[in-house]
Amino acid sequence: MNISEKILAKASGKKAVHPGDIVDANVDVIMVHDLTGPLAIEAFKKIGVSKVWDNKKVVIILDHQIPAESVKMAELHKMLRIFAKEQAIRLYDVGEGGICHQVMPEKGYVTPGSLIVGADSHTCTYGAFGSFSTGIGSTEAAAVFATGKLWLKVPEAIKFNITGKFPKYVTPKDLILYIIGKVGVDGAIYKSTEFAGETMRDMSIAGRMTVCNMAVEMGAKNGIVEPDEETVKFLKSRVPKGKAAIDDWKSDADAKYEKTNDITASDLEPQVACPSSVDNVKPISKVGDIAVNQAFVGSCTNGRIEDLRVAAQIMKGKKVKSGVRALVIPASQEVFAQALKEGLVEVFTESGALMCGATCGPCLGGHIGLLASGEVCVSTSNRNFIGRMGSPEAKVYLASPAVVAASALTGKLTDPRKLEA
Amino acid sequence: MKAVKGKAVTFGNNIDTDVILPGKWLSLIDPKELAKHAMEGLEPKFPEKAAKGVILVGAKNFGCGSSREQAPLALKYAGVECIVAESFARIFYRNSINIGLPVIEVKGISQAVTDGDELSVDLEEGKVQNLTKKQTLQGTKLPPFIMEVLSDGGLIENLRKRMKKQ
Repeated sequence: MNISEKILAKASGKKAVHPGDIVDANVDVIMVHDLTGPLAIEAFKKIGVSKVWDNKKVVIILDHQIPAESVKMAELHKMLRIFAKEQAIRLYDVGEGGICHQVMPEKGYVTPGSLIVGADSHTCTYGAFGSFSTGIGSTEAAAVFATGKLWLKVPEAIKFNITGKFPKYVTPKDLILYIIGKVGVDGAIYKSTEFAGETMRDMSIAGRMTVCNMAVEMGAKNGIVEPDEETVKFLKSRVPKGKAAIDDWKSDADAKYEKTNDITASDLEPQVACPSSVDNVKPISKVGDIAVNQAFVGSCTNGRIEDLRVAAQIMKGKKVKSGVRALVIPASQEVFAQALKEGLVEVFTESGALMCGATCGPCLGGHIGLLASGEVCVSTSNRNFIGRMGSPEAKVYLASPAVVAASALTGKLTDPRKLEA
Repeated sequence: MKAVKGKAVTFGNNIDTDVILPGKWLSLIDPKELAKHAMEGLEPKFPEKAAKGVILVGAKNFGCGSSREQAPLALKYAGVECIVAESFARIFYRNSINIGLPVIEVKGISQAVTDGDELSVDLEEGKVQNLTKKQTLQGTKLPPFIMEVLSDGGLIENLRKRMKKQ
């Protein structure tokens, strides 16, 4: 079996599972946030049970619209706090956490071999730690609250075998954009995607999270990387003793894949997903002259300390181009605190970028940094759909933190390697 | 379940949840309020068009993007009685079933239907009849446990029933 099949077999109490099997799986952890939690709670109340199945396995994280930007959201946040208190569920409030997909592993809810579901499509991020994680909707979250169970169809798997070293300023974001450009936004629909090879072994946890985060952008059910020593290093101080064990969670040598794609990382240049589809990907040299109004570093895709370090390295001692709004939003309080310690906050502030508190921010056009008609944003986030960041007449280009930082300085889409030439 | 009949409203490939229900409306939880913004990103007049009941016909990867259940909820309350597409994004597909909005995969449907055609969808058999073009297409039948969720009106109603039996 491959690693995803092994986890689904364990979760459903079976020795083995095969693609196409429908299993009734036991969920290890479920997460909802401030935009999906309220509907889940309303649905839960209609089921007719008074308590969630296991309050220690439910997590609520306020992240999309924090601090509340409207009275409507303030009321929804209040509703979530009341429910959390009644059910003795851990809720990460404003100032305690940050973006759910960063907070979940930071706070020790993600462990190798576990089945994690979340009422957010980017829940697939936790595959970076060798867990099977996937997004569900609010009603289904309510059903999991009540029963702890979820039906899942065992997916066919696609393997990406990635070799070679990244050239300078080419990052895991460029790799996943390149993959999505090749496979297409429906190229892995319903399927499991497994990322393997020496490039993944050498990659930081932050990079693996970026790659798995965007698996859903090609339609995948989950993205996954075999856990290794790097995983253990990240988790051991965060999870209960013994929970960082990785030995059982490797794909067998004879594991089956629908297909395997070989990719050479050393051949890549920085990539850009042009409007308005995530698979409209071009190498930056083919994008042409695109003036930008806003440059955004952040989100569950690229708001980690490693991402901020790359952006700061490029922006240090330089000024954001007049007429460009540069926004830097750390993915969590922990990332913010680390950025402060390393002097990155100073770098960004002195360059003329605005740093905001940990939140999803402009990524989904909820609040902070929305776009007007005719405006262009270059963003490290994960979606460039029509209207995603505000006006339906605005345009979003997706790229790495290095490209976004370079573009903030020049006012147009820029290959960071050209700044040093 | 009896057949669903209605006029087709057609859309193309990769219709994402941000155009079905833009992010700025996610603080609404009343489905009737959500319905006013259904398909706002592509066709702001959609709610008027759908009010009398329509069958939505999509192409590939319908409902891709976010897990927001507000997207199928907005469509359902705007008047969409069933969605037929070549393929669906998986979270949208599950969400629709869970809120009691029938969805069915039918290969070739996007070529076989023109906007405004009269359709009849037999969910039990997985068949779509184009009454205007006098053509029948066979889609993927839904497994019995999903048909039960749909005939109960959604996952919550289905779960209530199952929990009572226990």
